[in-house]
Amino acid sequence: MERIPILRMGRFLLVTIQVDMHDQLALTLQDDLTQRIVSDRAKGVLIDISSLDVVDSFIGRMISNIAGMSRVLDAVTVVVGMRPAVAITLVELGLNLEGVRTALNVEKGMALLQDRGL
Amino acid sequence: MSDASAPGIRAESREEIALRASEDVVRLRQAVRDRAVTLGLSLVEQTKIITAASELGRNTLQYGGGGKVVMTTVLNGTRKGVRLDFIDQGPGIADIARALTDGYTSGGGLGLGLGGAKRLSDEFDIESSPGMGTRVSIVRWKPY
Repeated sequence: MERIPILRMGRFLLVTIQVDMHDQLALTLQDDLTQRIVSDRAKGVLIDISSLDVVDSFIGRMISNIAGMSRVLDAVTVVVGMRPAVAITLVELGLNLEGVRTALNVEKGMALLQDRGL
Repeated sequence: MSDASAPGIRAESREEIALRASEDVVRLRQAVRDRAVTLGLSLVEQTKIITAASELGRNTLQYGGGGKVVMTTVLNGTRKGVRLDFIDQGPGIADIARALTDGYTSGGGLGLGLGGAKRLSDEFDIESSPGMGTRVSIVRWKPY
């Protein structure tokens, strides 16, 4: 089955989405990440979306869901690398990703996770 | 809202994309991206029309039981744009005004698809009635 790989680095899980995901693939990633937060006792999740040139309401909802699920599982999710055109479009679409932490790039995202003393 | 099938507007380079499975929405996004690039739309305009297409394609699949998209390049004098017609033979929409309201959904979605696609397009038109299927048309014009 097609899957987005999840890498583990210490207490953090890293995901780089490099393909245009169909809806089922996005749902599989959401389930896989939630499982891995528990099985790996992860304290942080970093999702790099710099390769995505489109984030529609479905992917937006997946991002919000992952952030919410990780929060109730005592982990923090940071979404990094959103392209400017994607940010403009998302807000116009009506999605503000409230409650989702973001950083401009992977480096700043990792710094954000580490600064929390996790 | 003006109508892209109005007199004086020519359509060319017709392309049909079937919508039967969620992978087809990925193919649709790629096809719309290619067309938008060919037309010379800016990166933000490309992103908006691809996102609108993704929302409407998912609606066709989820609520219309599948269908098709007809993509054409529209020309009005020296002006160019891309037009997308989403056509299904599904149950139709009884209350279009309500379906366009942000946050309203008859399925499990966020209720942003139709209203969001309308905001992301220059022109938006919807024809539907119960039992007669649905046709949603959007146009994104390249600015002068």
